[in-house]
Amino acid sequence: MTQLILFNVFNGLIIGAFYALMALGLSLILNLTGVINFAHGGFLAIGAYLAYALIPYIGFWGALAVAPLLTAVIGLAVERFLIRRVYGRDPLYSLLLTFGLAFIFEDGTRYIWGPQTLPFSVPSWLNRPLSSDFFFLTGYRLFMVLLVLVAVIALFVILNRTRLGMRIRAGTTDLETVSVLGVNVRLLRNLNFGLGIYLAGLAGVLAAGMLGLQPTIGSSLIMPSFVAIIVGGLGSLPGTLLGGLLIGVASGVVTVYFPSASEAVIYVMMGLVLLIRPRGLLGEEGRVQ
Amino acid sequence: MNGSNKRAGDALVWLLLLTMPYWLHWVGGYTSLGTQVVVLALAAMSLNFLLGFTGVLSFGHAAFFGLGAYGVGMTIKYLVASTPLGMLVGVLVGTLAAGVIGALIVKLRGVYFAMVTIAFGQVFYFIAYRWNSVTGGDDGLAGWRRVPLHFGAHVIDILHNDRVFYYLVLICFAVSVAIMAALLRSPFGRTLLAIRENERRARFLGIPVDRHIWLSFVISCFFVSLAGTLYALLNNFADPHDLHWEQSGNFVIMAVLGGMRSFWGPLIGAAIFVLLQDYISSMTDNWQFFIGLFFVLVVLYFPRGVLGMIRRKAAQ
Repeated sequence: MTQLILFNVFNGLIIGAFYALMALGLSLILNLTGVINFAHGGFLAIGAYLAYALIPYIGFWGALAVAPLLTAVIGLAVERFLIRRVYGRDPLYSLLLTFGLAFIFEDGTRYIWGPQTLPFSVPSWLNRPLSSDFFFLTGYRLFMVLLVLVAVIALFVILNRTRLGMRIRAGTTDLETVSVLGVNVRLLRNLNFGLGIYLAGLAGVLAAGMLGLQPTIGSSLIMPSFVAIIVGGLGSLPGTLLGGLLIGVASGVVTVYFPSASEAVIYVMMGLVLLIRPRGLLGEEGRVQ
Repeated sequence: MNGSNKRAGDALVWLLLLTMPYWLHWVGGYTSLGTQVVVLALAAMSLNFLLGFTGVLSFGHAAFFGLGAYGVGMTIKYLVASTPLGMLVGVLVGTLAAGVIGALIVKLRGVYFAMVTIAFGQVFYFIAYRWNSVTGGDDGLAGWRRVPLHFGAHVIDILHNDRVFYYLVLICFAVSVAIMAALLRSPFGRTLLAIRENERRARFLGIPVDRHIWLSFVISCFFVSLAGTLYALLNNFADPHDLHWEQSGNFVIMAVLGGMRSFWGPLIGAAIFVLLQDYISSMTDNWQFFIGLFFVLVVLYFPRGVLGMIRRKAAQ
């Protein structure tokens, strides 16, 4: 029993790490531009399928390095030609636009690569269990958690230590003033979008290694990412990270006792948070209005 | 637009709706397609009560649409074989859920309101999807049919006669639309417009803004649940996708496409959307791609919708 609980908690932690990686990208974009990127799951799927297409040529490690970057480039282009045109308009329009993009990406990947689940091979030495008692603790899972950790640390270093990151944070608070101070806001929003999409692409490659590859891989992960943002607190990146891990572990634990409620539990958590603390666990006062 | 133009427009709409089963086949349609247009138009107009006239962006209305659908289906399948009772249960369930969820989210605004409504909508999707033994899971709730209406000895056969069912739906539509129009003309409706235009000023005038938004949300969801019950009756089937956020997005695009600042806008949007979907899905398996493209094009080139464009042209 302990082993079962441990297994599910650890599983939940991994899933939570995915949610967090995806939600961090969503949060970055939402905080700076007020756009809810519904197509984030679509970008995740693109990252995963690009990696699948690249593996025969440059191997798993090459694909892991290149696929998220290519996804980010696609993201930059999408921002430049489509998303940019709805900034400053009613949030309704950005929602509908990215919603349409989500359809296009999902059906596009289905058209190109087919609806069936594709095998996605990770190096075999990574897939071996590390110990016979803890059979679930494969190297790949541990590696994923570590990589997510590295990505998150890198993101926070970028945001806190680099000029770009400082500008992003400043723009989140008051974009107009940042613009008046001579920062190229168009470029800033563009790069910020690319950064968010890079995280989605990275999550896609990792998710494909664990869940297998199918066109719906992104849309199944996007709702929990929304919940992670709401639970963690709107406008707070550490909150988003916390929210992702929390709902991951919660759904893992609930799986042990009540498997069919594993999805519903995260929405119950969201309801509780909204009831007790509408701005979310680490949310700033006043951002919800 | 002046008063007589508006009355002429209203008369034209009603005339077209009343005679639809008699001319639809000339233009390549069929009666149940017309019924579908009317049902989805009711859903889109109900959403627009909140979206266009209160200025609150809900992206989760499919949840209440689907609750209505499952409410009527499960009542007829498991409890009593009665269409009106089933509809009553469906509408009650949807409205109650809206009351509870509305109370949780009424303090949120803008994108955050949208995000929370999307996420909450998914709860019911997962319940319908997972609770196989009762809801039929992914396959949907089948094995039941709408029941003919009995008035004493007189029976109205809505089951076998498509046209009769169309007129039942049209009656529900007409009553709902009349109530919404009356509400919008009342002081309550004017207050909603005031909140849409300037929430802060409305608050300073002493209007209990949150209570008004909650009420508008519940009214909107009441009519969406009604549309959901009619949709399930139309198909003799409740589909988990009725509850999915994709369906919510469809309602929003219908409202935007027709023109969300006009009362009849969502009706036109629903008609265009239903016909387009029917056409594209008969042409290609990848209809989702084209629907997505359609969303993008509407947002970029047609954000005011059909009626918004006409009104702008007329004003010039």
